[in-house]
Amino acid sequence: MNSEQLPVISQSPIAGRPHKNTGWRLFLQTVIARAYPRVVGQQGEKSWMFFDVLLPLGGVIAYVCVYKAIGAPEDYVGFVVMGGAMTAFWMNVLWSMSSQLYWEKEQGNLALYIMAPNSMMAILLGMALGGMVATTLRALVITIIGSLMFQVQYVVSSYLQLFAVFILAMTALYGMGMMFASMFLLLSREAWHLSNLAQEPVYLVSGFYFPIRNFPFWIAAASSIIPLTLGLDAMRQLAFASGPTLGFISVGIEIGVLAVLCVVFLTAAHFLLAYMEKLAIREGRLTESRR
Amino acid sequence: MDFAIQTEKLSRIYKIRGGKKSEPKSLAALSDINLEVHRGELFGLLGPNGAGKTTLIKVLTTLLAPTSGQAWVAGYDVAKDPEKVRPRINMVSGGESSGYGLLTVRENLWMFSQFYGIPSGEANRRIKQLLEIVGLADRLNTKSSDLSTGLRQKMNIVRGFLTDPEVLFLDEPTLGLDVGASREVRRFIRQWIDENRARTLLLTTHYMVEAEELCDRVAIVNQGKVLACDTPASLKRRLQQDVLFRLETSPLNGVGAEIFQSLPGVRKVTHRPQDGFAVLELILEEDSILSSVVNAMTTANICIINLQKREPTLEDVFVDLVGRSMEEVESSEQ
Ligand SMILES: Nc1ncnc2c1ncn2[C@@H]1O[C@H](COP(=O)(O)OP(=O)(O)OP(=O)(O)O)[C@@H](O)[C@H]1O
Ligand SMILES: [Mg+2]
Repeated sequence: MNSEQLPVISQSPIAGRPHKNTGWRLFLQTVIARAYPRVVGQQGEKSWMFFDVLLPLGGVIAYVCVYKAIGAPEDYVGFVVMGGAMTAFWMNVLWSMSSQLYWEKEQGNLALYIMAPNSMMAILLGMALGGMVATTLRALVITIIGSLMFQVQYVVSSYLQLFAVFILAMTALYGMGMMFASMFLLLSREAWHLSNLAQEPVYLVSGFYFPIRNFPFWIAAASSIIPLTLGLDAMRQLAFASGPTLGFISVGIEIGVLAVLCVVFLTAAHFLLAYMEKLAIREGRLTESRR
Repeated sequence: MDFAIQTEKLSRIYKIRGGKKSEPKSLAALSDINLEVHRGELFGLLGPNGAGKTTLIKVLTTLLAPTSGQAWVAGYDVAKDPEKVRPRINMVSGGESSGYGLLTVRENLWMFSQFYGIPSGEANRRIKQLLEIVGLADRLNTKSSDLSTGLRQKMNIVRGFLTDPEVLFLDEPTLGLDVGASREVRRFIRQWIDENRARTLLLTTHYMVEAEELCDRVAIVNQGKVLACDTPASLKRRLQQDVLFRLETSPLNGVGAEIFQSLPGVRKVTHRPQDGFAVLELILEEDSILSSVVNAMTTANICIINLQKREPTLEDVFVDLVGRSMEEVESSEQ
């Protein structure tokens, strides 16, 4: 047998050379491995029920009460429940994506990620995927509780489109998170403040709790840069009887814009990441700031 | 050229951004380092705090760009071909807190193995095997946040060995470990390198014994420069013509060790005040010089409690090269 050219070291107590995948297999392995702690870790935290479910639900209840008091159209209640569910994704992107690479740096993980032969893009994708999966569970819980509580009536005109819009909105949103993560890489504690700053205004302009049609056109158009804005608007149009009459622009156009956003954000993330990595290596800022 | 690691006039200058008013200063953490580490070698970098050891490891592991000069690891230029270097190396630092505390020991190690493309099943097999060797097998399913410092460090070290790198970098692998754990870690490191001469390991330390007992060759570094590089035995042989004495005396009471330093034939004197007495380490050109030192002491009213002739250690080599002990260098840094 001369297929075994390598010296025989497999009997050694300290295991010999392992097989190592490269290329797309390595990429996929990296995505899954980095998603893993997200999925396992987030469920392990007992406090998630409170922060990730009860807080958004509180917002939902407050808005529903106001709408009932002022006699807003019945479907507004459903809009709010859906918006409340989607805020979970927004919070996840802000708190667990954007500032994440900064925490990874402090922890010492970032250097190990960069030193390994994987692609950093795979690390970010894994972070996004894991966050998305874990957050979907929360969003579902919010949707179910909210819908039962206020007896929301759904009239879905196209399940296929609804699903497509959701996926596109998620891809674009997490693409944006990946882009922010690269941008925040070289920031220190400011990353955290920036996230804090972005949380509330986005709730407002993205129309989490009311349709953006109520805004002047250009404000609505500008806030469409945040993928959840159009995603939410399109999902409302597709899932409620009065949705189409309260929508911002046609679902078709919204799908088109979302697709463009996906490409733009993911491409930007890719290039920014490469640039930031180079810069960090040049300036010696890949490791924690303490030492 | 079959060097596992090679550097040529390697320098790294850090820009230090001070407050708003102060000018940005620059600090040469590495200056003109030339090193050649052979395949199969266990190579040590020995130096005090701030010597530049970690900086050198960062450059060699593609995490930091050199300011000038070049470095090759496993035959590839670290600055130009990092993607060629990375699959062939791994690095562990003492006291690192990598991974995720919520994951178990196995899960953390598995995650890192995936970033190197090791198939899941094989990774899990290796993790078990390695944990058994370091005596951590019973902690396979312990959350890594629940591990003690020593066990935690063993886990980190397993992470480095898991991918069986061609070149492994260990930055102060026994930092913060107790005597027993340090010994186990050192034994494991030695075993790993002895098993397969295709492996190369570079470690940094500021423990003299570690460099002396563990390493095939040692480079003594201080202030970003390599002062000497050889086997521990050859380094000590430089002092063979010299004689070394260790003296315990009554406190020097303000008399500086310099007065002995200036005596003819005295090469180096280091002084360490202890509780109620003083320790003087003398490097002399020959035995007979001792009498003039003893005379000088008598004149200064210092009495000798204990006197011992001894074999040179790497500590003495450091003193001979730098003029001060590593301890003195470190305390003067603050
Ligand atoms: N990112 C950085 N920015 C500025 N200066 C730095 C940076 N990292 C290290 N230094 C400085 O460079 C010098 C060398 O540091 P380095 O960490 O390489 O030393 P070391 O030999 O590893 O020391 P130790 O034994 O304390 O780990 C020190 O003076 C240190 O303060
Ligand atoms: Mg160091």
